[in-house]
Amino acid sequence: MFELLGIPPQALFGQVLLGLINGSFYAVLSLGLAVIFGLLNIINFAHGALYMMGAFVSWMLLTYLGIPFWFALVISPLVVGALGMVIERTMLRPLHELDHLYSLLLTFGLTLVITGVFQNFYGVSGKPYPIPAALTGVMNLGFMFLPIYRGFIIVMAVIVCFATWFLIEKTRLGSYLRAATENPEMVSAFGINVPLLVTLTYGFGVALSAFAGVLAAPVYSVNPVMGNDLIIVVFAVIVIGGMGSIMGAIIGGFSLGLVEGLTKVFYPEASTTIIFIIMALVLLFKPSGIFGREV
Amino acid sequence: MTHTIEKSQADTPGPETQAMLEVQGLNGWYGESHVLHDVNLTVNKGEVVTLLGRNGAGKTTTLKAIMGLLKSRSGSIRFNGTELIDLPARDIARLGIGYVPDDRGIFGSLSVLENLLLPPKVADGGFDLPAIYELFPNLEERLDSYGNKLSGGEQQMLSIARILRTGALFVLMDEPTEGLAPVIIHQIGHTVRRLKKAGFTILLVEQNFHFARELADRHYIVQEGKVVDQFRNDEIADNLEKIQGYLGI
Ligand SMILES: Nc1ncnc2c1ncn2[C@@H]1O[C@H](COP(=O)(O)OP(=O)(O)OP(=O)(O)O)[C@@H](O)[C@H]1O
Ligand SMILES: [Mg+2]
Repeated sequence: MFELLGIPPQALFGQVLLGLINGSFYAVLSLGLAVIFGLLNIINFAHGALYMMGAFVSWMLLTYLGIPFWFALVISPLVVGALGMVIERTMLRPLHELDHLYSLLLTFGLTLVITGVFQNFYGVSGKPYPIPAALTGVMNLGFMFLPIYRGFIIVMAVIVCFATWFLIEKTRLGSYLRAATENPEMVSAFGINVPLLVTLTYGFGVALSAFAGVLAAPVYSVNPVMGNDLIIVVFAVIVIGGMGSIMGAIIGGFSLGLVEGLTKVFYPEASTTIIFIIMALVLLFKPSGIFGREV
Repeated sequence: MTHTIEKSQADTPGPETQAMLEVQGLNGWYGESHVLHDVNLTVNKGEVVTLLGRNGAGKTTTLKAIMGLLKSRSGSIRFNGTELIDLPARDIARLGIGYVPDDRGIFGSLSVLENLLLPPKVADGGFDLPAIYELFPNLEERLDSYGNKLSGGEQQMLSIARILRTGALFVLMDEPTEGLAPVIIHQIGHTVRRLKKAGFTILLVEQNFHFARELADRHYIVQEGKVVDQFRNDEIADNLEKIQGYLGI
């Protein structure tokens, strides 16, 4: 067997795989943040809590109603997305005219409330969620064994990212969104309902985070604080990719997950900080982010 | 408080004229600053009417108030009989009013084609794409370019062109000639005439008086947020000095 810098290939591929799985979550979560930031110009601090809710709703559907994973994959994003739309209508909209700091504080407060409520009812210990039967087992790729569910996560993340990119960049609805991001007043002067567009966009971004939560349930333990650490990394990812950049979120998410995985192999001490080091470098040399537009 | 439009001989409605837009006692504010003071004006169906006035007179603000883009406004704006003063911009647009703003409002991150297709149809009978390309051949060659890569003239044409698709027959145009080369100004003049022939009604803000007098049926003079005078186009020659005084030219 060949070895790379003294690293056995199994360990290398294993970390690459883990990196890609983390990257899948980074990509889907930062994509939602980017979509929301683009149009609403707010940093949705509640994203991690909504991701956690996505996982919890999935767990509740299974535990209380016996509704399996495949349906949860659709139902949970719809439920949490609808909650997002209510949050936008009732709480974020009144802050729209004020400094964006207020929306940031609001979503931060919401995070604490949502997390607190779930902790109150479910404690902090994780709830197990089984891998759906059809996706159990491993696949022999020749050079490594791939747990099928982990491959599934990556495939689903790629599909959702591509579909979102397509929706935004290639469809009529997406052109409304991009136009409203640039000049909402002009878009409304064409007869388009911009406030509705804003609500739908927020709901969509939130639904993406819930979708990530459903995917996460079988691999990470479902618990009220599962979004907390993740969301900090995801914020770093969108700063690196470029605030509001769709491509930046997708490519940044996957590649930073990969970088993190490789760092674990070659220099494990830095694996939890590497993304923040990259963030600092990007802020120094290209503050608008790698894919961000200069303003 | 009631407001009556000063009716000079200029716009006494004959039996064939039909007011499309009637603005009465329009007041407008930017925050605390009171910018429009009891503006009165009428645009009849099929007319090209201009708002003339010096910098800062309130012409753009008047168009924004009509379009529903000025948040704070009062008075009456009736369009085909519908009161607009409390409607949001999107509902006003849906009644068939197209807006060509002074900054042209092109979306830089959208392609020319996306810009063209962006405004939803608000009525039947808008131009189809071939008709638009016939009117603006340069746009057809640049469909895939991004809005921010266009020249000022191309942006202006795109700004007008995308309205034509919607079926709106009443257009607010804010200084379409500003900063453009004479050949392009000429082309825009030609376009406005074509539109008038096609049955469009146009309220045009202009600083370029020579451009305005070649196209318009009537002119309103705006000064310090008020309409202070008005002329039929055929009265221009007799009132040239007065008008030049108003405009400071
Ligand atoms: N966004 C704004 N906030 C505050 N005041 C404004 C704003 N826009 C315009 N004004 C003020 O309102 C008044 C009317 O401005 P407006 O833009 O309507 O003039 P205009 O006739 O279109 O001038 P121009 O020929 O230069 O375009 C001016 O005194 C201007 O300074
Ligand atoms: Mg102006």
